[in-house]
Amino acid sequence: MKELKLMKGNEALAEAAIRAGCDAYFGYPITPQSEVLEYLAKEAYARTGMVVLQAESEIASINMIYGAAGTGKKVMTSSSSPGISLMQEGISYIACAELPCLIVNVVRAGPGLGTIQPAQSDYFQAVKGGGHGDYKLIVLAPSTIQEMVDHTKLGFELAFKWRNPVMILTDGALGQMMEKVELFPQTERKFELLPWATTGKTKDRGRSIITSLYIQPEVMQEKNLHLQKKYKSIEREEIRFEKYKCDDAEVVLLAFGLVARICKKAADLAREKGIKAGVFRPITLFPFPYEEVNTLADSSRIFLTVEMNAGQMLEDIRLAVNGKIQVDFTGRMGGIIPTPEEILEKIIEINEGVPA
Amino acid sequence: MNERRMLDDSHYENLIEEESVCINENLVYDKPETLTKTPMHYCPGCGHGVAHRLIAEVIDELGIQEKTIGVAPVGCAVFAYNYFNVDMSEAAHGRASAVATGIKRVLPDRYVFSYQGDGDLAAIGTGETIHTCNRGENILIIFINNGIYGMTGGQMAPTTLEGMKTTTTPFGRDVQAMGYPLKITELIAQLPGVYYCSRVAVNTPVHVRKAKKAIYNGFKFQELNKGVSFVEIVTNCPSNWKMTPVESNKWLEEHMLPFYPLGDLKLPGKEN
Repeated sequence: MKELKLMKGNEALAEAAIRAGCDAYFGYPITPQSEVLEYLAKEAYARTGMVVLQAESEIASINMIYGAAGTGKKVMTSSSSPGISLMQEGISYIACAELPCLIVNVVRAGPGLGTIQPAQSDYFQAVKGGGHGDYKLIVLAPSTIQEMVDHTKLGFELAFKWRNPVMILTDGALGQMMEKVELFPQTERKFELLPWATTGKTKDRGRSIITSLYIQPEVMQEKNLHLQKKYKSIEREEIRFEKYKCDDAEVVLLAFGLVARICKKAADLAREKGIKAGVFRPITLFPFPYEEVNTLADSSRIFLTVEMNAGQMLEDIRLAVNGKIQVDFTGRMGGIIPTPEEILEKIIEINEGVPA
Repeated sequence: MNERRMLDDSHYENLIEEESVCINENLVYDKPETLTKTPMHYCPGCGHGVAHRLIAEVIDELGIQEKTIGVAPVGCAVFAYNYFNVDMSEAAHGRASAVATGIKRVLPDRYVFSYQGDGDLAAIGTGETIHTCNRGENILIIFINNGIYGMTGGQMAPTTLEGMKTTTTPFGRDVQAMGYPLKITELIAQLPGVYYCSRVAVNTPVHVRKAKKAIYNGFKFQELNKGVSFVEIVTNCPSNWKMTPVESNKWLEEHMLPFYPLGDLKLPGKEN
């Protein structure tokens, strides 16, 4: 029987982490994601024995993740934008040491201390590598509370499949709002001794060393080539996206996360006005569906990217389209969520300006 | 970086096997099982080598090699994982105690130690150090204090003595401008999460024996699950102090130890 619940995004994500068999959570309070830590502190240990620890800072959290992930356990942290900025050094280390873990960014508007309202302005940071060096996170962008749940489970699977940190890039609105979710059953926590993990050197294997230090340039280059090869494989195998009424669409709205839902409404409104509109939603932001966006440009007249930032995914859309058609942008910043009506206005304005 | 430093263990194993004169009949002193055969990169006369050996001897004597996980710092001991024959994690600068926390929390039955220098533990990592100790994580923190940044070439450390010359205090540490040498071990000893806190040195045979006892305690106490064991080892840095090893050990005795006095700062069962 389906287990349906009305849940807040942050709490649903925390519940999903427990059910996914997460071994440990290390985190630090920050609005608008503190409910993740609060929910886990209340629920997790009693139910599964999961470790939940409030660290003294995000810097400490991510380094606890580094240590714990190095043992092969299923570990996660969550934060919001300024806190994720603090974690970037550690994330770079984790990516280089190839440790599986789940990092959740419930984005709030920046820059600086910014505001506690929702935004998508950490796209570059998440997708282009927010820390130093050439590395990639696998980035999942849920657009519903259901996906907050499903991506938590998927995130752990991908993290271990690729030995790579996975980030869920969501926002303050999805974190705070309530929706109906279907929960998956409890997965039993199992501890598997992984050959690369620091669990204690036994007679049957050499030492496990978790490090990101390769001081000889030739060896460091080798490491980089290996990482790049892995990222290419991820690009081949893990691209996920959703198309909404794209088959006959002349105007395609391109958006991720929460904004994609608003765009669906805007596309419906446009269709009522006789404009054939659709929505393309990347679910994985890395790997990014470049090819699919490029192909879609062949059958469309207008691309309109909509984001809660100054136009960040827009750059990837333009790279994908490679000049085939015009790519417009509309968005809101500072914690304001765009309305379907204002997106519709923009659609009408562009539609009139671009010849058929 | 000298290429010789970076060759892996197997290279040296073969080398030593071929040229070995240490046949069993003659053997009175050998490397502990918990040290690899990789020659250390530390400068001649540096205290790191002795400190490493003591840790390895203790792990051997306790028979806990298979259950021990070490955390290396950033600093001269950044390559510590090349020398300790146990599972090791290389932490970001200053974060070793947070990394050790992560390991110990998910593997509470393992022995976990961090090995950190003064810049790592008492400057950039002060927050992690204090809070790890305050949470009473059941780990051993080894703190190597030589009053200077070794790996980056002799800059001022938080523990640099007043008036001491370094490359960033060329006229001597002026405490009015640069602050005072930080006695972090005294701070640590105040915290209820700390079960055992001791300051030792490795500049004389007597001090080496006492240091080993302190390290032994630090590992052994983890079995009690009572909190942090913190062992400061006051050491020398001949290269950056610009002294011979003998001179540096004498200077340590005359200048470092009066300011950083040796002994137990916190003993289980005795409130200081």
